[in-house]
Amino acid sequence: MGMTMTQKILVKHAGVDSVKPGDLITCNLDMVLANDITAPPAIAQFNKIGKPVFDKTKISLIPDHFTPNKDIKSAGLAKIVRDFAKEHGITHYFEVGRVGIEHVLLPEQGIVAPGMLTIGADSHTCTYGALGGFSTGVGSTDLGVAMATGKAWFKVPDAINVHLTGSKPDDITGKDVMLTLIGMIGVDGALYQSLEFTGEGVAALDMTDRFTIANMAIEAGAKNGIFPVDEQTIAYEKGRVPDGYDIVTADDDAHYSRTVEINLSELKPVVAFPHLPENTKVIGTFGDIKIDQVVIGSCTNGRLEDLKIAADIFKGHKVHPDVRCIVIPGSQHVYMEAMKAGYIETFITAGCAVSTPTCGPCLGGYMGIMTAGEKCVSTTNRNFRGRMGHVDSEVYLAGPQVAAASAILGKIAAPKEVR
Amino acid sequence: MTLEGKVWRYGDNIDTDVIIPARYLNSFDPKELATHCMVDIDETFAGNVKAGDIMVGGHNFGCGSSREHAPIAIKASGIPVVIAASFARIFYRNAINVGLPALEIGDDVEKIKAGDILSIDLDTGKIVDKTTGDTFQAPPLPGFIQDIAKAGGLINYVKESK
Repeated sequence: MGMTMTQKILVKHAGVDSVKPGDLITCNLDMVLANDITAPPAIAQFNKIGKPVFDKTKISLIPDHFTPNKDIKSAGLAKIVRDFAKEHGITHYFEVGRVGIEHVLLPEQGIVAPGMLTIGADSHTCTYGALGGFSTGVGSTDLGVAMATGKAWFKVPDAINVHLTGSKPDDITGKDVMLTLIGMIGVDGALYQSLEFTGEGVAALDMTDRFTIANMAIEAGAKNGIFPVDEQTIAYEKGRVPDGYDIVTADDDAHYSRTVEINLSELKPVVAFPHLPENTKVIGTFGDIKIDQVVIGSCTNGRLEDLKIAADIFKGHKVHPDVRCIVIPGSQHVYMEAMKAGYIETFITAGCAVSTPTCGPCLGGYMGIMTAGEKCVSTTNRNFRGRMGHVDSEVYLAGPQVAAASAILGKIAAPKEVR
Repeated sequence: MTLEGKVWRYGDNIDTDVIIPARYLNSFDPKELATHCMVDIDETFAGNVKAGDIMVGGHNFGCGSSREHAPIAIKASGIPVVIAASFARIFYRNAINVGLPALEIGDDVEKIKAGDILSIDLDTGKIVDKTTGDTFQAPPLPGFIQDIAKAGGLINYVKESK
């Protein structure tokens, strides 16, 4: 039986000839990742094992969630990570001022690449599937053990084939593609499985779209989401990965548990209503929903292209008087490039607050917490109850074009409604 | 080992943000996390849960964030085992790794109500609802995952197999 892309990457890292869904295997890891929330408990577990780190060049410690430190306790967490990184000479530790949101930063810096097997103590580690690697989220104990052994166990997943056709209309982003898919299959539709994206439609998605889509594989319950490596991937990696990388392709007779068809040409801008990402509705099919806040950024939509899309809509417009709009570039590089391109000036002229890179509001950490009864359109990835603050506040998930249009009009809106 | 306890019953898609909201993640002290466990959907839980009580959820229990603080908060609340129709994979992995058994019983879970008294044989996966008389069977953990659970978590397992 043929193997999927995911299965073939697992095989290469397990030192076996083949695998089938359900097999339990142990794999060698190319990169292990933790952040300022998940690294401290991982370090505590690591210390119980009493071994040195397996490879200081294959560990990434990225303080991005509560940094710049939001309070005294968070400063304590950041210090644990900093001290550990220094003690063990961790290559990929990034301090405030250089750090970005982990899943924006690692691909940008060439720390993750096609064919690599990455685990991260962060559920959105699945983002790197956009590059054609296998990456998945784990907890802190798995991470602590991985820092000592360089290994982790996996149950080999079955896969759903997400077959893409057509090309997306101008007002559609990767976010609309993914929210539509999650709406179709549900938040546990891919539980214990891979989402493998195939078909001619893949070529119509730029790398930013693919990062957004792979990032939210976890929101369908998936173990990972993965794209084939094509000309766009190779162009993206040019100059980023000096040591080269491995291009893995699915077998022609790979087995998929099911196939889901999406014709990109038919997609419309969507939002996911509270309190699950599967509550997807097409804009225009519901009445006016007034909003109090907009967040543009995160590991899902904090890349340069996302900011360009938002800035193009803000040009010549102001944020609605009743709305606070917070824009968070995903990395210092994204921030700098957005500044050079004039996007930051456009945001500030429109009346947006622009922040240094942080996960901040996405998980209700800081930098945009809501009180009871408030509503936010956000380009982030989760709209669970209380996710961005008070348990009676609401998050509506959308792409950057919808977020910008909504900020201008003070209600959930499609970009074409901005005149 | 047999456990017996009273059920705290929750629904489908219980995410790790409600099990332990991110505003409390500036600590990873289990006792402190336990004082905030489930607060956003059930303010009565943390103050009233008794050691030995059992948590029962629906489908996709523990979805969302990879925060291990979630199973740690549940375990530190005194809950020795979680039962659900199905678990999100990272939560499932984390629960086993921190020594919190997680039993999956599919739609049978709908027969279990809040306040029921359950008796659970962790070795066989047999669950008896002593309130209703219903019995359920959870499938055994596969392969070496059973060894991790028996060792009380991944750290003990790794140290033992050194």
